Amino acid sequence: MGLGFLSSILFATVVAGTPLIIVALGELVTEKAGVLNLGAEGIMSVGAVAAFATAHHTGSPFLAILAGLGAGMFMSLLFGISALTLMANQVASGLALSIFGVGLAAFIGKPYESVALASVAVIKVPVLNRLPLLGPALFEQHGLVYFSWFMTAGVAWFLYRSRLGLVLRAVGESPVSAHSIGFNVVRIRYLAVLFGGAMAGIGGAFLSVFYTPMWVEGMVAGRGWIALALVVFATWRPHRVMVGAYLFGGCMISQMFVQGSGVRLDIPAQFLSSLPYAATVLVLVLISRNRTTIRLHSPASLGQTFLPDA
Amino acid sequence: MNRNLFALGALATAALLAPATLQAQTKIGFVYVSPVGDAGWTFQHDTGRKEMEAALKGQVTTKFVENVPEGADAERVIRGMATDGCKLIFTTSFGYMNPTLKVAPSFPNVSFFHATGYKQAANVGTYNARFYEGRYLNGVLAGRMSKTHKVGYVAAFPIPEVMMGINAFTRGMRSVDPKAEVHVIWVNSWFDPGKEREAALTLISQGADIITHHTDSTAVVQAAEENHASKGVWAFSYHSDMSKYGPTAQLSGTTHVWGEWYTKIVKEVLAGKVTDTNVWGGFKEGMIRLAPINKAVPKKDVEEIAKLEKEIKTGKLHPFTGPVVDQAGKIRVPAGTTISDSDLGAMNYYVQGVASTLPKS
Amino acid sequence: MWLKFEPRPEPSRLMTYLSPLLAVGLMVGSGMLLFHLLGKDPVEGFKVFFMNPLKDKYGVAELFLKATPLMLCAVGLAVGFRANVWNIGAEGQLLMGALAGGGVALHFEASHSPFLLPGMILAGALGGMAWAAIPAWLRTRFNANEILTSLMLVYIAELMVSWLVHGPWMDPDGFNFPQTKLFQAKAILPILVPGTRVNAALLIAIGALVAGWVFMNRSFLGYQMKVAGQAEHASRYAGFSAKRAVWMGMLVGGGMAGIAGISEVAGPIGQITEHISPGYGFAAMIVAFVGRLSPIGIFFSSLLMALLYMGGEQAQQYLALPYSISKVFQGMLLFFLLGSDVFIHFRPRWVGRKK
Repeated sequence: MGLGFLSSILFATVVAGTPLIIVALGELVTEKAGVLNLGAEGIMSVGAVAAFATAHHTGSPFLAILAGLGAGMFMSLLFGISALTLMANQVASGLALSIFGVGLAAFIGKPYESVALASVAVIKVPVLNRLPLLGPALFEQHGLVYFSWFMTAGVAWFLYRSRLGLVLRAVGESPVSAHSIGFNVVRIRYLAVLFGGAMAGIGGAFLSVFYTPMWVEGMVAGRGWIALALVVFATWRPHRVMVGAYLFGGCMISQMFVQGSGVRLDIPAQFLSSLPYAATVLVLVLISRNRTTIRLHSPASLGQTFLPDA
Repeated sequence: MNRNLFALGALATAALLAPATLQAQTKIGFVYVSPVGDAGWTFQHDTGRKEMEAALKGQVTTKFVENVPEGADAERVIRGMATDGCKLIFTTSFGYMNPTLKVAPSFPNVSFFHATGYKQAANVGTYNARFYEGRYLNGVLAGRMSKTHKVGYVAAFPIPEVMMGINAFTRGMRSVDPKAEVHVIWVNSWFDPGKEREAALTLISQGADIITHHTDSTAVVQAAEENHASKGVWAFSYHSDMSKYGPTAQLSGTTHVWGEWYTKIVKEVLAGKVTDTNVWGGFKEGMIRLAPINKAVPKKDVEEIAKLEKEIKTGKLHPFTGPVVDQAGKIRVPAGTTISDSDLGAMNYYVQGVASTLPKS
Repeated sequence: MWLKFEPRPEPSRLMTYLSPLLAVGLMVGSGMLLFHLLGKDPVEGFKVFFMNPLKDKYGVAELFLKATPLMLCAVGLAVGFRANVWNIGAEGQLLMGALAGGGVALHFEASHSPFLLPGMILAGALGGMAWAAIPAWLRTRFNANEILTSLMLVYIAELMVSWLVHGPWMDPDGFNFPQTKLFQAKAILPILVPGTRVNAALLIAIGALVAGWVFMNRSFLGYQMKVAGQAEHASRYAGFSAKRAVWMGMLVGGGMAGIAGISEVAGPIGQITEHISPGYGFAAMIVAFVGRLSPIGIFFSSLLMALLYMGGEQAQQYLALPYSISKVFQGMLLFFLLGSDVFIHFRPRWVGRKK
């Protein structure tokens, strides 16, 4: 039972962390361009309901993911219009989006609340899934789990090895300088925002189509906010997003395992439940101590409205 | 709990003195703590509301407000319903207790009924159902069907309602399988499908082949369904019949049935003759029902459950007849006696057979 | 051809007053359209949503009651937001204020002292400030971003409330339900208007708004914080301490949220339960921005936000619309309000294709 135990925890941790990674990577790109979009919870909700409805009507998980992607982009477009074109405060715009999105998803999702969706089979990677311990935990997962790993590497490559990524980071560091060189700051930020929305929509799709195949209002249950926090935790570095998501998810899962095993612990359950949050803060403190590296990666213009011709 | 005869008289008088409007329909209000959705606590209340409205067609109109937080907002919503002319108001969550009691004195002609509470007043009654009776029978069936003797229980918060369920299930299972063990995971939320599923999968991976829940979504039953073919996992649903979500895995469950009582109490209030203002009914009163038993269950077990249900109805069997011993070994109910309603309503311990530690208080 | 916004040489006074009207107009218009699409009579819908809640004295009082914690939290947050101090944890600070002040009430349950209530309120403020001090310290000492730390502390605060009401502070006569004893009469805030629930906390909130206005517009420290937010390098050059801005921003935000917390438990709730706040700490962030981070604006935006909540309750009962529709309305109104403000600082111009 020993190895199986660890393997189960690892498996569950990866699953729990996946939606967080996907959403956080999207938000990371958005923030690297200097835009703070707090609407993840709302975008995820709309993505989830769009994906669920599509899965129900077409029976295709792939189309469902596309629907989530599209719905997410649409929602983030609203944010873009507010924060980028109409130059409203980004924090407020994002909050408005999260409220609007959660409500909209609940409203249009009403007819789907009584629908039962068949669960989607995992994708087993041959050879690799025979590895001891790691095999069944890591290589018998849903496609979006592999997608999350690919995107972690992909976003890192994009930001630090591609020209467009360099431009995007420049925009995030100093939009005024980027503008004066001739880059269209608003357009680049729009692209970043749309990418973030697409990813949040896909994260929502994962929840409603793969994770718990159902739609009920409120099922995102605060994961959008956790994902936002993870971007900050990761000090805006893609690989750290993965670490943070698995750390957070791992704490959640581990405390469930402890509870279920019947081990006698004279500790209040609420204390155990608070460990993931406390652990996140502690790790953030430890890695933030180096001011220079923080400044190196945090986008200097984050949250500030760019005023062309100002 | 003592009945207040004066309260009874006042309630009856108030109802009799209420202006008799032959053609106008009686307005009845419902306050819900969560969205109605498709299954769960509120869904069952709303089903009951609709059944009552259909049974009393033409005589009543009903309305409801869902998602009312249990804090300061509840009082306003309840008061608003009373001001609007509702003759009966059902507040369907424990957290509405004090708000209901604050509003009631201003509306002596309105009958308020608070679910799962313990405070009554001149025009405030309480109602609840003996869900633990269903849990006991679920436990017996679990004892007959489980191969690993391990149960996974996904629970929200350690309140008496939930403890009663866990303990009754454990006692039922142990009555036919002395090796049975119940493992509880607290998810600290009434509704979070993701977390409920994670807890269910954790328990399954730790060897439970029976899982059940005291939470508000269908995630646990769905998790069982996914693992039924491969690992032989069964589930018991709660609140609602979730066989739609677990067609092969759901063995049975405990469903809440409010329609019959709602119809009964509305008729009584309209006639001015309320008989019971502190209702706690079970199988006998038709306030709970077992979810349909899975076809895979052997006939002898189905008959056994039916027989035990009958015994509960007649009062011959009570899930908490002594000796009831808690985890620490303390005797809570001596042999030969049955637990009192007030001790039942304040239950805050695990019985023997629950393998988890209670969150420390 | 597309719409471009050119900055105005100076903000338009006209639009400062006109923009909220424009937003409300857009909202009412699109709201009525939405009602129509849902098959409801638009005028009826408008009446039910916006006018029903205010139809009697009780309703108006409820509006102020619901707006009070929003006002308190929002003015505290506004002080911080102006200095780019992102306190996302007001909800947690509110809960800790409720615990601190409520703890005083429970401890002195037999007291008749006139100092009990002031003591509770002070304890509430201190409780909120203490909770906000954690992210402030982590930011100034360890450079840890306060967005994350303050948000994580919200979850921890919720779990602390849960632990206390399930355990040490649980009412022994409460049949083991998670709640404390009801506070005694001397520990409840006095009602301002008989027959309603609006209580003395409203006066504290208005006082906080006035104090906030004075701080932001007439005090040197407030000026420093505004400059720190708008021109970080300039402010450092002038010797304004960034660390002080962080501490100030977080502590003021936490203190106000703490007072909001104790006002809820010593007000309409009357005890500590697990349902102290339906998200006031988060809603207050929107209230702060829609109010343009100014106390006068916050006064109005908190009333508007409260009206939206109450309208949603009415819509459920009289229009048979689900709860989620009120969230849709809130979101739409916020977008319109935020968007309309663009006209204050920018002039719209149609721009033709270049080349």
